[in-house]
Amino acid sequence: MTKSRDITITEVALRDGSHAIGHQYTLEQVTAVSKALDEANVPYIEVSHGDGLGGSSQQFGTSLTDEMKLIEAAVSVSKQAKVAVLLLPGVGTMKDLRQAADIGAKMARVATHVTEADVSPQHINLAKELGMETVGFLMMSHMAPVAKLVEQAKLMESYGADTVYVVDSAGALLPYEVRERIRAMRQELTVNIGFHGHNNLSLAMANTLVAIEEGATRIDGSIRCLGAGAGNTQTEVLIAVLERMGLNTGVDLYKMMDLAENIVAPILKKPQEIAKDSLVMGYAGVYSSFLLHAQRAAKQFDIDSRDILIELGKRKVVGGQEDMIIDVASEIAKRQKIVNA
Amino acid sequence: MEKVKVAIIGTGNIGTDLMLKLERSETLQLTALIGIDPDSDGVKRAKERGYKTFTDGLEDFLKMNESLAEIFFDATSAKAHVRHAKLLKAEGKQVLDLTPAARGPFVVPTVNLGEHLDAENINLITCGGQATIPMVHAVNRVCSVDYAEIVATISSKSAGPGTRANIDEFTQTTSLGIEKVGGAKKGKAIIILNPAEPPILMRDTVYALVEEGAMDEDKVRESIKEMEASVQSYVPGYHLRTEPIIEGNRVTVFIEVEGAGDYLPKYSGNLDIMTAAAVKVAEEFAKKKLNGHQ
Repeated sequence: MTKSRDITITEVALRDGSHAIGHQYTLEQVTAVSKALDEANVPYIEVSHGDGLGGSSQQFGTSLTDEMKLIEAAVSVSKQAKVAVLLLPGVGTMKDLRQAADIGAKMARVATHVTEADVSPQHINLAKELGMETVGFLMMSHMAPVAKLVEQAKLMESYGADTVYVVDSAGALLPYEVRERIRAMRQELTVNIGFHGHNNLSLAMANTLVAIEEGATRIDGSIRCLGAGAGNTQTEVLIAVLERMGLNTGVDLYKMMDLAENIVAPILKKPQEIAKDSLVMGYAGVYSSFLLHAQRAAKQFDIDSRDILIELGKRKVVGGQEDMIIDVASEIAKRQKIVNA
Repeated sequence: MEKVKVAIIGTGNIGTDLMLKLERSETLQLTALIGIDPDSDGVKRAKERGYKTFTDGLEDFLKMNESLAEIFFDATSAKAHVRHAKLLKAEGKQVLDLTPAARGPFVVPTVNLGEHLDAENINLITCGGQATIPMVHAVNRVCSVDYAEIVATISSKSAGPGTRANIDEFTQTTSLGIEKVGGAKKGKAIIILNPAEPPILMRDTVYALVEEGAMDEDKVRESIKEMEASVQSYVPGYHLRTEPIIEGNRVTVFIEVEGAGDYLPKYSGNLDIMTAAAVKVAEEFAKKKLNGHQ
C-alpha cells in the first residue's frame, strides 16, 4: 500500500521545538507526540536536547527530562518510524552517541557550523560503525558563500554522510539563495540533499519548495512550527502542499492535522508566530535558538532585545555562543547608561 | 644566575612559540629543538638564533646528547608523546606534555603546581582547561563547587587539524581537569569554533554552581580577582571581560585571553596560554632543581 516516498520528512518538533519550550519536555509529551507521528507514518522523528546530545547545560538550558529517557520513550512507541538524534561536535561526544544508539536511535545527524565540517569525521564514522544512517548538518548556511558551502558539504560526504543538509538556522536565507545553494550541491554531490528551514522571515515554506524544486529530497518540518525562533517549516501544512503538488510523502494528512490540534497545540504556551524578535533574527542572521536567551537578557539589563540581536548579527556570532548574549547585553546597557547620564 | 638546560620536541607552531618565550626566561636555557621536519619554519628560525637542531627525532637526539637538556617540552602529538615519555623516563629527564596524551598528572600553574615539582611527566590538559580551571578553583577554594561548566570559544584559524579531528579529546580531557584540578564535583566542557574575520580572541565562560546555601558573594568576587592577577603573572593577556555575575548559587565568569604575539598571532590566546603555562611550570621545576644543588 505504501508507494515510495518522493520526499522524506524528518519531524523536528521534539528536538528543535525543545528551544521554544526551554527544554522542558516531559516523558508523557514525547511519548504522545511520537506515537501519533508514528501512526501518521512520519518516517523520522528527531529527539534530543535542542542543542543536540549533551546539550543540557548552563550555557543552553538544562533539560527537565534526561534526553536519553525521551529517546527511549520515542523508540518504544515507534513501530515504523525511526528515531533520529542530533549531535554537535564540541557539545556532544561519541559516548553520548553510543548511548543513543544502544537505546534504539537509528539516525545520527552531525551538525557543525557551515565552515567547520572537519570537526565531524569522528562522529560520522562512529555512527556508521554503529549501523546508523548518517546526516551531515551544515548550520548557519547563510553565512558562507556557495562555493564554501559546497566544499564543506563534500567533506561531509567524504566522511560517509548519507545525506547533507543546508540548514538555515537563522531563517535568513532568501528563496534565490536557497536555490543557488541546493543547485550547486546537487551538481557536486552524489548523496541525498536535505533542507532545514526556519520561519523568521516567513520564508520557511517558500524556501523548502525551492529546495525541493532543485533536488532536495530530505526535508525537515516541525508540527505547529514548534522550533527555535519563529519555528520551522510547518510539517502538516507542508504535507498538504506537497500532496497538492503531486509529491508523495507517505504521511497521513488528516492524522497530522489531528495531532497538531490535539496533542502539539496544548504543549505550546502560546502559538508560534513571527514576533519582533524572531523577525529581527531572520533579518540580522542570528541563530534562532538565541531567542529566549536574548529576551531574558533584555529584561535583566532593561534594554531592547532587538538591539542585542542586531549586535550579535554584526559580530558574526555562531550557534552555541549563547554566553555572548549576556556579554553583548551588558555592553549595550553600559553604553546606554553613559549616553543617558 | 645559573640556568637549567631545556629542549623542545616538536618544531611546529607551538614549539616555535615556546622557543621565543624561553628567550625571556631567567631560569631556563634553551639549547635544542628536536623535530622530524628539516624544512619547517621552526627549524629555520632555531638555526638563525643559534640553537642546535635535530631533525631525526628524539631517539637520535638522546643517543648522543644526553647532557644537552634536563627538562623537555613535548609539543608533538598524543601518539608520539607516549613513545617520548618512555624514552625520557629511561633517561631520568623531566617532560612537560603539551599534547592530549595525559600520561602524567594534570597541572595548572596557579592551582596545583607545588604538588608535582618532582614529577617526571606532567600534562597541561587543554587550552580551555588552562584558561578556566583557575577560575573553577578560585570559586571552589571559598565555596564548594558542585558543578562547573566551561565554554571555550576560539577562532577557527587557531584550531589545528589535530584538535579538529579529535574534538572529543578536548571536551573529555577538559571536563576531567575541571573535576580533578578545579575541584568541582562534576565538570562539563563545550568548545565552539568561530570563523569570523578578523579572528576573534579566545573567550571562555565559566559557570560554577556552588553548594546550596554556601554562596559568599564577597569572598567569591575577591578570590576571582586574585586569581585573575595570578594568571596574569605568566599570561599578561588574560583578563575578565566583565564583572562576574552571581545569581543565587551560580557564578558566571567571562574571560578573554589575548596572546602575547610571540610566534603565534595575538588571536591565538588559546595556544599562547598553553605555551605560557608550560614555561611557567618548567621555571618552577628549574628553581627546585637549582635549589637542590645548593
